[in-house]
Amino acid sequence: MATLERLLSEHPFFKDLDPRYIQLIAGCAQEVTFKAGEFIFREGDPASRFWVIRNGRISLEVFAPGRGPIMIETLGEGDVMGWSWMVPPYRKQYDARALELTRALEFDAMCIRGKCDEEPKLGYELFKRFSQIIGQRLQATRLRLIDLYGSHA
Amino acid sequence: MIGEQVLIERQDIQKLLDVLHQKGYETVGPTIREGAIVYDQIASVEELPIGWTDEQDGGTYRLKRRNDQALFGYVVGPYSWKKFLHPPVLSLWKAKKSGKSLEIIPNSDEIPQYAFIGVRSCELHAIFIQDRVFTNGKFTDPHYQARRQKIFIIAVNCVQAGGTCFCVSMKTGPKATVGFDLALTEIIDGQRHYFVVEVGTEKGAEILQKVPTKPAQPSDKKSADERVAQAAQRMGRQLDTTDIKELLYRNLEHPRWDEVATRCLTCANCTMVCPTCFCTTVEDVTDLIGAEAERVRRWDSCFTLDFSYVHGGSVRASVKSRYRQWLTHKLASWIDQFGTSGCVGCGRCITWCPVGIDITEEVRAIRQSESAQLSERRG
Amino acid sequence: MVVTLKPQQIPVAVSTDPMVPVPYRLLRVRRETSDTFTFEFGSVDGSRFPFAPGQFNMLYLFGVGEVPISISGDPERPEILVHTVRAVGTVTTPFCKLKPGDIIGVRGPFGSSWPVVEAAGNDVVIVAGGVGLAPLRPAIYHILNHRGEYGRVAVLYGARSPGDMLYKKELAEWRGRFDVQVEVTVDAAKPDEWQGNVGVVTTLIPRAHFDPHHVTALVCGPEIMMRFTILELQKRGLRDDQIYISMERNMKCAIGFCGHCQYGPNFVCKDGPVFRFDRVKEIFGKREI
Repeated sequence: MATLERLLSEHPFFKDLDPRYIQLIAGCAQEVTFKAGEFIFREGDPASRFWVIRNGRISLEVFAPGRGPIMIETLGEGDVMGWSWMVPPYRKQYDARALELTRALEFDAMCIRGKCDEEPKLGYELFKRFSQIIGQRLQATRLRLIDLYGSHA
Repeated sequence: MIGEQVLIERQDIQKLLDVLHQKGYETVGPTIREGAIVYDQIASVEELPIGWTDEQDGGTYRLKRRNDQALFGYVVGPYSWKKFLHPPVLSLWKAKKSGKSLEIIPNSDEIPQYAFIGVRSCELHAIFIQDRVFTNGKFTDPHYQARRQKIFIIAVNCVQAGGTCFCVSMKTGPKATVGFDLALTEIIDGQRHYFVVEVGTEKGAEILQKVPTKPAQPSDKKSADERVAQAAQRMGRQLDTTDIKELLYRNLEHPRWDEVATRCLTCANCTMVCPTCFCTTVEDVTDLIGAEAERVRRWDSCFTLDFSYVHGGSVRASVKSRYRQWLTHKLASWIDQFGTSGCVGCGRCITWCPVGIDITEEVRAIRQSESAQLSERRG
Repeated sequence: MVVTLKPQQIPVAVSTDPMVPVPYRLLRVRRETSDTFTFEFGSVDGSRFPFAPGQFNMLYLFGVGEVPISISGDPERPEILVHTVRAVGTVTTPFCKLKPGDIIGVRGPFGSSWPVVEAAGNDVVIVAGGVGLAPLRPAIYHILNHRGEYGRVAVLYGARSPGDMLYKKELAEWRGRFDVQVEVTVDAAKPDEWQGNVGVVTTLIPRAHFDPHHVTALVCGPEIMMRFTILELQKRGLRDDQIYISMERNMKCAIGFCGHCQYGPNFVCKDGPVFRFDRVKEIFGKREI
């Protein structure tokens, strides 16, 4: 098995995915490394890539005039970053910045879309996995709306 | 001596009170105040509600003249004996502060020694229930305990039932069977007016020695039993207690709670008149110069908004949740907490509810809707 | 069901009155956050204050009133009584203005405790939200004092912001050990003041190291935080009887007499505050119980 395929099948996001599909999508992936402090993308960038994080930590930030940058979420080992490539207008809405040395597998979204068109079962599998992640993030965000720690005396 | 039955004539009942006074007891019993029969200090038999009875129904209480001179010809009024054993207002301690020192002085007021005259069987059971609350757990309430140890109890068996009574359903009456020093059954038979007295304790026997008595004949005992049995037949209310804990626990979201909430005023009357409700709050008060403080305990009610306050708000903000708390506590969770129902079937909460909410009716509504659903599903 | 009651024997000896506070002197204060302080008290007569992790005291401020506050010190240092108090109410606000040398009244310790002894031999995951770390700190001390008796230990802590975190010094110390996984997260932060995790505390659970079949979970925080934490622990495969929570209700007497803290059939003051989750799950999350 090629290194890339092995790295893919080791990542929790692709757990138990058919090796045939792993092979297919490996063609769209490459290994990347980000230095601490390095921006991975910026708000407004075209959403043409996504990442599965192997190790390290990344913070999603928004910049509010007068308040400066605000960290709204951190992602780390085992997480997936980026799903704006799936929905119009295919634009990044936050800044992403490595908090420490971070290794990830970067996917070319156009390439993945192409594979999914060829192999709709792969497409369905990936969308299921992404919607689970999107659901979890939405729930975690809702919890923060409640101000979870606010009222314990 | 214990278990023995004797007769006391009507004219010798005063002697019973006199002996108790001589023994240092403060006698408290039923008497009329502001149109109701309440429990208060009485020195003489003449202070009893002689020749009076009460008419009770949901939200209704009236005193009426009897056509005889019975001493105990009524059921229970708005007060219960809990006000003597678990006082409505009680100073727990005082604190003195001077400089960097703090001294806390527990309340050491002398505890009155009460003789309760005319305790009904349901009320005896209410006392047993409060015993469990205050003296049977990891902690003991020393204030309750001190009062409780000293009391002398003269029970009175009910020979008539009130309009809101349901002691038979709760298995708490109408006959007092345990926990009294003496138990009286009042008999008026033509011109003869006397009491069949059962001795419950040595203490009771000792008091009786100084009161003129006669041995009770089998016919007297029979006559007393018949009268009590008659009362048992005439309960104003009924409550089916079959699996009542499970019934209420599985119906915490029943629509009936919303319905009763439209009527309940959360006035807390039911909790104040209930002989087993034990909830309290404390108030801390200081003198004007801030050198002395006092902690006072007062009866409280689960119907108030403050009752369940945690920082941020009340846990039970809605009327529905507060009524549900009271009823499910009384009839269900009480069983988990103390191994007994919290209800003795005295009917006070029904009589003294300003809008006549009836605990037996609320349970019935929930039970019936369940069995209706069940038969619908089967049908 | 109706149980016919027989009168019982009333205990004759009048025990010491559990309603009367005992004076304690404030030794030291440490500021934790803008509104939260940790107080160290010593008894006026030099007596020690033994307690079990998770228990609470009723603290009396002269002339103001009394509040239930969990004990947050090291159970193996009973000579010092430690409480962390947040200034949010009519008693806690003036309480937080106490100065060393001041005297308060203390009743306690009351209530149930974290199952630190029963958990020996297991992994332990501790999940705290906000001020909920205070009642858990004695359990953490106990586990670290007896580290060899436990498997893997994870401490997961969520706070609103870096400034709202309690016990920063201790968290850093624990994190510096090689035998405890300490994960902290905040709801939002500025990059120049925080380099740690951002997200809710439940997001830490999937990455905590423990064996779901042999772990005891100790959870404390606002009720709603505990609800979502339990869901996440269940997703990892924990059974309800492996999860312990600490409930908050209106404790006034602390000895089961005043009725205020009733939670279904439980008195939070004496049956709790620590409950095994399976014992309250039927009512947990039900509205206005």
